[in-house]
Amino acid sequence: MNIKAMTAVAVVLLAPTFAYADADDDTMVLNEDISMVTKTAAPAHLSDALDEVMSGWHFRSDETQAMQLDDFDNPGMIFVEKGMETWAKVDGSEGKSCQSCHDDIDSMAGVKATYPKWNEAAGEVRTLQMQMNDCRENQMGAKAWGYDKGAAINMEAALSSVSRGMPVNVATDGPAQSTWEMGKELYYARTGQLELSCANCHEDSYGLMIRADHLSQGQINGFPTYRLKNAKLNGVHSRFKGCVRDTRAETYKPGSKEFVALEMYVASRGNGLSVEGPSVRN
Amino acid sequence: MASGVKPRVKVPKTAAAGEAITIKTLISHKMESGQRKDKEGNKIPRSIINRFTVEFNGESVIDATLEPAISTNPYIQFEAIVPEAGEFKFTWYDDDGDVYDQSKKIAIG
Repeated sequence: MNIKAMTAVAVVLLAPTFAYADADDDTMVLNEDISMVTKTAAPAHLSDALDEVMSGWHFRSDETQAMQLDDFDNPGMIFVEKGMETWAKVDGSEGKSCQSCHDDIDSMAGVKATYPKWNEAAGEVRTLQMQMNDCRENQMGAKAWGYDKGAAINMEAALSSVSRGMPVNVATDGPAQSTWEMGKELYYARTGQLELSCANCHEDSYGLMIRADHLSQGQINGFPTYRLKNAKLNGVHSRFKGCVRDTRAETYKPGSKEFVALEMYVASRGNGLSVEGPSVRN
Repeated sequence: MASGVKPRVKVPKTAAAGEAITIKTLISHKMESGQRKDKEGNKIPRSIINRFTVEFNGESVIDATLEPAISTNPYIQFEAIVPEAGEFKFTWYDDDGDVYDQSKKIAIG
């Protein structure tokens, strides 16, 4: 028997496995109303690495996908409701709520799509949660929320929910560029005993299986994400922490400047995809 | 006792007579199983929704017993055939004696 024939057999055997793990071609229409962009051409800065960027939604089973299509079925919306209640609730020494300055939460449509972004007055790149806490401390006289903790995640989800369907549009140039480049470096830096970078799994190997799970592109347009495995909303930084931990490394802390930079870079990899948060994932 | 409990239901506004419609219900509830312990090792007392009922024009449609293994924010979906216009009444019974209910009218059309 020659080797060629053996290879042919192997290819036939392997083909269905890979096809199964690959992203599907379903289309996402939210609440039978909003058409979502879940696949689009990769942004220019990514053109060397990827042709197309895809939402993690495509890598999930039909049942999980369906949960996200209807707000009643999406368990993340319970937390959005809580966030919306907080939006209107007065807190802190100044007797203000978010609504006192910002009006209805619907007026914040599009905000989530551009974060993390450069804040000129503060001279730093800020995530949405950092900006929320700045408002709480300096405008409302209230206590800052813990990073990725309940109240902050609920509010982030509420703000994200009103931007759903709008394209992620994180600026990578201007004063934020150095932070963006730091994030890029972190993305490609191998960490831990397993010596894995984000790119090893999410750029080189998406579509394959990692043990019993599908590897997605690691897009964060769907965050905060309701994960079925822990039945709550999960923040981007917490997810980063989980991934870095899984490479058997000491992790950075949620809210650290490293994760802020990484969030900025990873968000920019999804420029053009629709904001999905709160999404539903495994 | 239980905080943040909020029942929600989704019923179509209209249905054809005899048509099977899908009804979705969800109640936000922590569903504490009674099996867990807190940091000090004390048992956290059970606090769940133990019964869920649905009536249509006074007639029982569903009467479910919920057990501690059911997770947070129980979601119950079922199909019902609507013979006539009327009102669905949904009731959740909490361990602490609280009763939450919601009603939804449905028209034939």
